[in-house]
Amino acid sequence: MSKGAVVIVGAGQGGFQAALSLRQEGYEGPITLIGAEPGLPYQRPPLSKTYLKNGEAEKLILRPRKVFDAKDITLRSGARVEGLDRAARQVVIGHERLDYEILILATGTRNLRPPLPGVERALDLRTLEDAATLRAALDQPRRIAVIGGGFIGLEFAAVAASLGHRVSLAEAAPRLMARAVSPEMSERFRALHESLGTALYLGNGVTEVMDQGIGLADGTRLDADLVLLAAGVCPNVDLAAAAGLEVDNGIVVDATLRTADPHVFALGDCAAFPEARSGARVRLESVQAATDHARAIAKTIVHGTTDPYAAVPWFWSDQHDCKLQIAGLALPGDESVLLDSGAVLRFRDGRLSAVETVNDAKTHMKGRRVLAQDAAPTRDSLLKRNYDLTAA
Amino acid sequence: MPKVTYIEHDGTETTLEAATGDSVMETAIAGGVDRIVAECGGSMMCATCHCYVDDAWIERTGTRSEGEDDMLASAVCEVKPTSRLSCQIAMTPELDGLVVHLPEEQV
Repeated sequence: MSKGAVVIVGAGQGGFQAALSLRQEGYEGPITLIGAEPGLPYQRPPLSKTYLKNGEAEKLILRPRKVFDAKDITLRSGARVEGLDRAARQVVIGHERLDYEILILATGTRNLRPPLPGVERALDLRTLEDAATLRAALDQPRRIAVIGGGFIGLEFAAVAASLGHRVSLAEAAPRLMARAVSPEMSERFRALHESLGTALYLGNGVTEVMDQGIGLADGTRLDADLVLLAAGVCPNVDLAAAAGLEVDNGIVVDATLRTADPHVFALGDCAAFPEARSGARVRLESVQAATDHARAIAKTIVHGTTDPYAAVPWFWSDQHDCKLQIAGLALPGDESVLLDSGAVLRFRDGRLSAVETVNDAKTHMKGRRVLAQDAAPTRDSLLKRNYDLTAA
Repeated sequence: MPKVTYIEHDGTETTLEAATGDSVMETAIAGGVDRIVAECGGSMMCATCHCYVDDAWIERTGTRSEGEDDMLASAVCEVKPTSRLSCQIAMTPELDGLVVHLPEEQV
């Protein structure tokens, strides 16, 4: 086992997990975790959910400082990495250079800011600081416009509506969460948000952000005191690209999450990796991918394992009283079958690709289990069992 | 503040003071108890905060919720009648002195 220095760039949930997993696997060399944000690494998923309601920032911390001390993990918070020198195996922070034997890029994503007139007026929801700003703005009744009908925009809209704010939401695509779920599930959540009083504008992109609202493609103007921009993210690949690593919607890695440089790995939201079932190169934005990648990389570094990464993806989103759970990964165009229970099964080339459920952990877990098998069940075999996953 | 004791697979014991309302999981994370992973942060999306409630306390901690039961199915160590997700047990004054045992592995 190497005992050289491991440097991890990015102290989100994936970067933090990589440091922790390396120690749990028995790594003895120095580990440095570098994060651009101040403070201890924290969880982002609650920022658009419970944190907006309760404001309990201390509960977001992944581990207290004493755990970093006990594990001998050097945390460099508020430090920005400016460059990578792969020939010298060094990370550049200001005038300082840090040597590495192994480099793990866990640089995550940043919010997409489309080049709209006035877009600087719109607020983001990505960091704890963003969430604190939004939470403070919700202290009195507001007219709120949300740009983007994905997970973040909808989670925020659900919280804001339940707190009594007047919410409108514009999405350029013709349906909600179009990238992540089936048309049937999009429809269910459209009904949910409309029942909460949120005005939805679908297939109607935003053209302008004004002082008191937003303008839509069809000429509609939505009045708003507060505009949230939640139009997706883009991976932070600049460091990798500048260092000559291949980049294609993420930092390109192989099935062991290693780049073409054997000393450099990438994980989580910034990594484009070959998905075991579809064979497609994908980039996932989820806690599951970040932490499962991190554990796989730690095993590779410590034990030299070369098993291809094959964890079943899963995702969740809490919107009002609905917990949406997705097991597996559907690609655009996968077929969907809506069951009486409300679950939606997705199929690609006649085989199960994903299971979408709402408030149905049992079916979700069954989905995870059957999708972990070497070959996913076929649509025909499931049809014969009345789509009961237990029998698959 | 109510106290909770965590006993790891190797016998290591840690006793922590919990804020009333905090979960057994949150108390463990804040106190640096290693054998609770809590990957999903208490969203009931994983089973990495699995614990076994000590027999003496099982009456007082109540029973699993339906969703909790389903998530426990993905726990990597044996699920026993005393198995709970520690994120679903909120500390109360009545639980002062609670003892939970931790499985060898969570992931």
